[in-house]
Amino acid sequence: MTALLAAQRVLPIGLGGRRAWLLIERNLFVYRSGWLVLLSGFFEPLFYLLSIGFGIGGMVGDVPGPNGELIPYAVFVAPALLATASMNGAIAESTFNVFFKLNYAKTYDAVLSTPMAPGDVALGEIGWAVIRSSLYAIGFMVVILVMQLVQSPWAVFAIPAAMLMSFAFAAVGMAATTFMRSWQDFDLINIVIMPLFLFSGTFFPITSYPPALQLVVALTPLYQGVDLLRSLILGHIDATLLFHVVYLVVMGLAGLAVVARRLDRLLLK
Amino acid sequence: MTPDESPTPLIHARGLTKKFGEFTAVDAVDFDVASGESFGFLGPNGAGKTSTMRMVGCVSPVTAGTLRILGLDPNVDGPRIRGRLGVVPQQDTLDTELSVRDNLVIYARYFGMSHAEARTKADALLEFVQLAERAKDKVEPLSGGMKRRLTIARALINDPSILLLDEPTTGLDPQARHLLWDRLYRLKQQGVTLVLTTHYMDEAEQLCDRLVVMDKARIVAEGSPLQLIERYSTREVTELRFAVGVQETLDGQLEGLGERIERLPDRVLVYSNDGEAAAAAANQRGLRPETVLVRRSSLEDVFLRLTGRSLVD
Repeated sequence: MTALLAAQRVLPIGLGGRRAWLLIERNLFVYRSGWLVLLSGFFEPLFYLLSIGFGIGGMVGDVPGPNGELIPYAVFVAPALLATASMNGAIAESTFNVFFKLNYAKTYDAVLSTPMAPGDVALGEIGWAVIRSSLYAIGFMVVILVMQLVQSPWAVFAIPAAMLMSFAFAAVGMAATTFMRSWQDFDLINIVIMPLFLFSGTFFPITSYPPALQLVVALTPLYQGVDLLRSLILGHIDATLLFHVVYLVVMGLAGLAVVARRLDRLLLK
Repeated sequence: MTPDESPTPLIHARGLTKKFGEFTAVDAVDFDVASGESFGFLGPNGAGKTSTMRMVGCVSPVTAGTLRILGLDPNVDGPRIRGRLGVVPQQDTLDTELSVRDNLVIYARYFGMSHAEARTKADALLEFVQLAERAKDKVEPLSGGMKRRLTIARALINDPSILLLDEPTTGLDPQARHLLWDRLYRLKQQGVTLVLTTHYMDEAEQLCDRLVVMDKARIVAEGSPLQLIERYSTREVTELRFAVGVQETLDGQLEGLGERIERLPDRVLVYSNDGEAAAAAANQRGLRPETVLVRRSSLEDVFLRLTGRSLVD
């Protein structure tokens, strides 16, 4: 949320942003009658945790954690599943749903006939994606707390960290969506998301890669979230966490600025 | 009402121009709309009506010229102006994810109204457009006419100073059109300033105090429907429809039947002040049309005269 408020100041005044919460309210109205749909996002990381964390984890046994000591595989993988779920939730909300509203339902055309501005739409949709995925983050944190997969009080910061992640991914996802011409283009998003999901230190540490590749992976977006959340939940605090935070803030603000300008060009022509 | 009579027009346009790249959609048009007036843009598809309306609605930047709405400049005060406009776009942009009533409530919120105010206003407007029984329904199953009425209710949510209607009844059946016209006429009676585009002559004649005829991005005529008909057409028109192939053989036999002859692909229009006399004259010349229709001149005839082609082509 702090990132959102900061974003509001960075945005050019003319593109708006102050009425963004009215668009969030609109989305709340939509889900008021269909809140069951919202539950799906809660089960995704839970099922992965049961299948991979415990199922495959049972065969893998203990693995070295960020502090060097051995930890059960489920403890290692749980924070990464939270990171992945935050990314997936943000991407789903900011791509498919936005594309539909932008190109088919013409929702934003109607919104912009009022005092609302493109910046309000951008910030509102991204803010909504953040709210939605932070609900999942809270749910999942409760689950792993109960399962005793949390090892440090620093874990309380995992929820704001997950929100920051969803802000970054929602902003960039929505920015990409403004360039999409058809539903086929969404395959491109999968091509990016899938390898991020599999190779960002999610299921095995990036120290398994040769050094050059490690550096590449360390600069990809999901890795920032995976390492940030794992470090917080397992209590491995160092300066690299600050880098992750800055990376995600910059990524989110850049996406937000692109979205506001693109909506202005697409809708106010 | 001429532009100069009203000292502070609600809408004031001079040399208003809209270009998309090389294409000129609106080419230096001048017009003023006074408070309480019902003003129309009449013209075929592609004449520049919608582009003009979008500029007035502050959702399309002005390429060149002057545009003032409520005395304000859309480039500077867009959101403020939009806060006082009601917009009925050409295609419905209702929120299909929300119920009929929530469409209005949420829209009211976009204008900064409180929840309580939004709900009260929504219910009153649903009554006004006769959709109160459908309040809880989704938007999708509504008929075309109902969706249009809901769109009009939505446009009225902020008690707009100006209501902009872009082809409000296109695609509706006659019954739905008449119901809509009735609601618009009531608004007009209440003093709401209406600005509408249409390519239906009857709609323009019903609703507009004054209108401009647009063709190829320019305004080609301006006046009240009656003034335009008097200026550009005769009192009556005699339509002669001949059997297939006959019309082409009539060269030289039609001249002088009326003040002016217009030959359309499917019929011949004879313009005169006495349509029956023109029909009788045609009969005397031995012309045998399959059908003869005498009618009053309409804006369609004005348009035909001004541009040499019919309005909906």
